Amino acid sequence: MDYKELALESFVTLTLNKVRTGLAMLGVIIGIGSVIALISLGQASQLFIENQIKSLGSNLLTISPGAQSSRGIRGAAGGKETLTYNDAEAIKNSSEITTVKNVSAEYNSKTQVVAGRNNTNTRVSGVTPEYASIRNIALSVGSFISESHLIGMSKVAILGSQTSVDLFGEGVSPIGKTVRVNGISFNIIGLMESKGGSGFMNQDDIIFVPLTTAQKLLFGVNYVSSIYIEAVSENVMSQARDEIGYFLLARHKIKDPTQADFSIMSQEDILGTAAQVTGTFTTLLSGIAAISLIVGGIGIMNIMLVTVTERTREIGLRKALGAKKKVITVQFLLEAIMITFVGGTIGVVLGMSVSSIFSRSMGLPLVFSLPSILLAFGVSAAIGVLFGWYPAQKAANLQPIEALRYE
Amino acid sequence: MIKVIHLTKIYKTGEVEVVALDNVSFEIKKGEFVAIMGPSGSGKSTLMHILGALDIPSKGEYWLDGELIANLDDDELAEIRNKNIGFVFQAYNLLPRTSALKNVMVPMMYGDVSKEERMKKAKRYLEKVGLGDRIHHAPNQLSGGQQQRVAIARALAMNPNIILADEPTGNIATKQALEIMEILEDLNEQGNTILMITHEQEIAEYAKRIINLRDGQIVEDKNNDSRRLLPKRKE
Repeated sequence: MDYKELALESFVTLTLNKVRTGLAMLGVIIGIGSVIALISLGQASQLFIENQIKSLGSNLLTISPGAQSSRGIRGAAGGKETLTYNDAEAIKNSSEITTVKNVSAEYNSKTQVVAGRNNTNTRVSGVTPEYASIRNIALSVGSFISESHLIGMSKVAILGSQTSVDLFGEGVSPIGKTVRVNGISFNIIGLMESKGGSGFMNQDDIIFVPLTTAQKLLFGVNYVSSIYIEAVSENVMSQARDEIGYFLLARHKIKDPTQADFSIMSQEDILGTAAQVTGTFTTLLSGIAAISLIVGGIGIMNIMLVTVTERTREIGLRKALGAKKKVITVQFLLEAIMITFVGGTIGVVLGMSVSSIFSRSMGLPLVFSLPSILLAFGVSAAIGVLFGWYPAQKAANLQPIEALRYE
Repeated sequence: MIKVIHLTKIYKTGEVEVVALDNVSFEIKKGEFVAIMGPSGSGKSTLMHILGALDIPSKGEYWLDGELIANLDDDELAEIRNKNIGFVFQAYNLLPRTSALKNVMVPMMYGDVSKEERMKKAKRYLEKVGLGDRIHHAPNQLSGGQQQRVAIARALAMNPNIILADEPTGNIATKQALEIMEILEDLNEQGNTILMITHEQEIAEYAKRIINLRDGQIVEDKNNDSRRLLPKRKE
């Protein structure tokens, strides 16, 4: 018997036993598909988080109120009210600070907003005009907050795309309409382009108003949540950080830097934190991949073991009719290879489809890494072939009568 | 043709040894039709399996066509089973969901018979057992008797020197059983050597020679002078 004929015989046997073949293949499909979908989704989430952090810009410094903790020594616990708009103005206007290009301040708070019969709970963010360029805010229609809005405490608002949909519905331009925040009507003058993200990370679920309006009219505070500094270039980040740090210490009359009532985070710090986060993610992912590989592998192993062991009698019969050991082994090996490779290919396609559907609905990027697909396919196929071949080999080694009598 | 000398088979199940065959010797010549009889546990199935090269004896010699079977390796045994022996099992043992034609072709596939030849021969043997009109039926579309006839056609496929039938009528209704015996008788008339196992006296009566086994030993080996012929032959 040549291999071509054996391959044909294997193929015919598979097609004749559609249910058995289908079940075995289903085991392989689910095994491989789930591994690929899980790994791909994990990697997509990881990439998404990294991108979010990087999108903040590499020459951005963020000053937050509260205790200094970035150098490993936690200073005095500070309140959240230690930074003011005046600090931001002072940094902007100081002649000692040479490395700063742009300064913006923000005060934000979650609150209920109303437009007509619709209302939603969203983040209301009071900002200065520079915020748009520092944080890469692009408008699809209208204009952003201007200097005169800030000075005049204007009741104008720019809506995030999600908030606009929530309040006015899909495809309706909110420009010129009004939105009520804490009982005060705001004129909508701009609509943001969608930035993506979902759930608590949704950057489109926001309303921008002038900082002064937010502080005085809406929330009655005189401090800010953060000050954003854009340095003139990436190369002067540490210099900018030192300049601003000493400047603010002096302004706040604090002598000991460990007692600072604010903290400055550079992109590097954030990336450092992010590295920890993504490191955890990578570990988590490897865990998920390993578990799903084991689960998928055991599934494939079981179905192959069962389907082949169930055929011990058939192997005995084939031996009784004159099949040599090698012929039996090769036939079952070929069957296992066909099942695992056809099933594996379908599994890869299925896994990729599932993860692309999930990515789309969750607003995540679509990531497929070839190594993980190859790993999932390789391990599962190896298990499938091994456990298709092993019981067949075992049965082929029995005396034919023992195999024939197998129950 | 077949010669067994002091054939012994001992099964070990844990501590207990069961002697299934005890020092059995006999000879079967070409063209014979032998029935091996005995109650269950008499060792007749064990004997059949050894003669069919499906199992190996614990002691003794088994010569088939001048060859000592004990000297053969696994692949050579497979070849003996393929070319020298045709099996008919009690449970038919056909491949499920596979047409009668394909079932008959299986031994020829392992025997490296060309594809066209296989098809031609399989058709011819199926016609010979009266199933010429059912060659594309799968086993589950055939009655027990018809399935056994497919199995006989399969046993004939490689034109073996001996046909071994293990309770060929054991699972079949009486009328169909007679058809099976008729076919076996015909084959014997045409020069085929047939060795049949049965526990039914009536069935054994069709054979030319009857060997009686009890507790693994031959208690009687006689020519069947009162041989029963099938009804049509009596006429």
